[in-house]
Amino acid sequence: MAEQKQSEPEELSKKQRKEIAKWFLINSPPGEIQYVAKDVESLLMDEHVYEMAVSEAFPLYNKTHMICLEMPNRSGEVLITAFGELDGSHYLDPRNAQVATVDHVKQVCSMVRPATDDELPSSYVEEFRGALDAELVRYISEAYPKGICSVYCISRKDAEGPGSDFELVAVISAGKHSPQNFCNGSWRSVWRIEFKDELQLVELIGKIEVDAHYFEEGNVQLDTNHECKDSTIFQLAEECAVSLANIIRHHESEYIAALEASYSNLPDTTFKDLRRKLPVTRTLFPWHNTLQFSLTRDLTKELGIGN
Amino acid sequence: MEAAMDLMRRMPPKQSQTALSSLLALLPEHSQELLSRVDQPLEVLCDVESGKEFLLCDYNRDGDSHRSPWSNKYHPPLDDGCQPSADLRKLEVEANDVFAVYRDQYYEGGISSVYMWEPDEGEGFASCFLIKKDGSKSGQGRRGYLQEGLWDAIHVIEVGAEDEGTARYRLTSTVMLSLTTSDTDAGTFNLSGSITRQMILDLAVSEGHLCNMGRMIEEMEGKLRNSLDQILDTTNVLKIAFFSDQNAQL
Repeated sequence: MAEQKQSEPEELSKKQRKEIAKWFLINSPPGEIQYVAKDVESLLMDEHVYEMAVSEAFPLYNKTHMICLEMPNRSGEVLITAFGELDGSHYLDPRNAQVATVDHVKQVCSMVRPATDDELPSSYVEEFRGALDAELVRYISEAYPKGICSVYCISRKDAEGPGSDFELVAVISAGKHSPQNFCNGSWRSVWRIEFKDELQLVELIGKIEVDAHYFEEGNVQLDTNHECKDSTIFQLAEECAVSLANIIRHHESEYIAALEASYSNLPDTTFKDLRRKLPVTRTLFPWHNTLQFSLTRDLTKELGIGN
Repeated sequence: MEAAMDLMRRMPPKQSQTALSSLLALLPEHSQELLSRVDQPLEVLCDVESGKEFLLCDYNRDGDSHRSPWSNKYHPPLDDGCQPSADLRKLEVEANDVFAVYRDQYYEGGISSVYMWEPDEGEGFASCFLIKKDGSKSGQGRRGYLQEGLWDAIHVIEVGAEDEGTARYRLTSTVMLSLTTSDTDAGTFNLSGSITRQMILDLAVSEGHLCNMGRMIEEMEGKLRNSLDQILDTTNVLKIAFFSDQNAQL
């Protein structure tokens, strides 16, 4: 009995330690979870708790950051996203109709097999999906140096032909890890695309996230979020793909331009509300002649003016 | 301990309080060291005697009380609280007055406090210059660009013993920054973090310690602010994800 009483709070604290470890792992900056894992392991000093924490945290991190893994046998690359997740360790590569077996903690892909028919969309939906994928690949190769994209069907993938609605999602993920510049960053955009047959309309909702971590002489992190909406008419697959890719390109470059504008405003205007570059007097502070300040202060004190 | 400090350098700065309390929970035996090594946002108290606000840090703390630089009294009251020597207190009073003017000229508002103390061993003295500025729309951000904007500066200077008219000044500065802007075109934009730099100079004391320390702090604050500008440098930020950068391979 006494033994059980002792082991109970022990059990609870293990769970709490695991939760804390998970929190650190999930909050790792882009591309840094393996370093964080090393720190967490040495802090916990408990292999069992560590294993539990990493097995829960890595899949979450990999999916939120939409990391890209190389598949074996030159089968290309697969994006780890919630949209392509078949089960905890299998992820669909819709472009090549393959399924990758993924080791989340090692962040490697160990096996690849052809996808089965019921894992893939109908040939009608695939026509739209494939055409958009091809357009986006072209866009990405022009705009993103290390970008990768994937288009999934996330709803009604069995739609057999005109007359039915379905939903695609296009994902673009680009990361840059540049330790020599003390900087890691990532770009992720997710476009949900609803094909509405009755309205003959295609509606898009885009979410763009940019994260960066600068670690020279400190720890500065930047995160931005942006959402936008647009729509186009429901056309044939090829035409839909071209206009959807154009819409995505348009919104993404507009967002880049808006970001650029707000960054270039920051140093001169926004920062001024925190600290000015020069004093209000526009000359460096007269440290050699500060007696005046103390004296004036004494005077105001004696005269009883000011606070 | 090193792993803990490495984690603090990687976790999102706006979550640094959660990160710190998590570390304290994991490493209760290291709590003293953690609390002294991890920079935390400056807290503010009001000096009941002078009616002025002052900033709290480890250097004006004795037990659970903090000494105000204005009245020299501990809040909450402490009878035998640690005090600087009379000479040093004189310099501290002057430094607080002058630094308040400096702060007002650069920050157009904000709160500042200067504390001085004699080191446990060795000669010379040490001082700590603190500034806190709230540049939020709801705070003192008169231009209204910032949804939320906080700037905390901590400058610690160790001044060595005077030797043939010169002394060695060892300055360690940290700026903690957090700002959020939000507009319809660019969405939400958050930048937060801290940067730390050091500067060591041997200077003639003929113009006085305060003059030397002040100039060093002014130069350092300028450098830190420039570093933040550089971080924000458009090309730097956008290169990360969007533009081709052939020279910086993985």
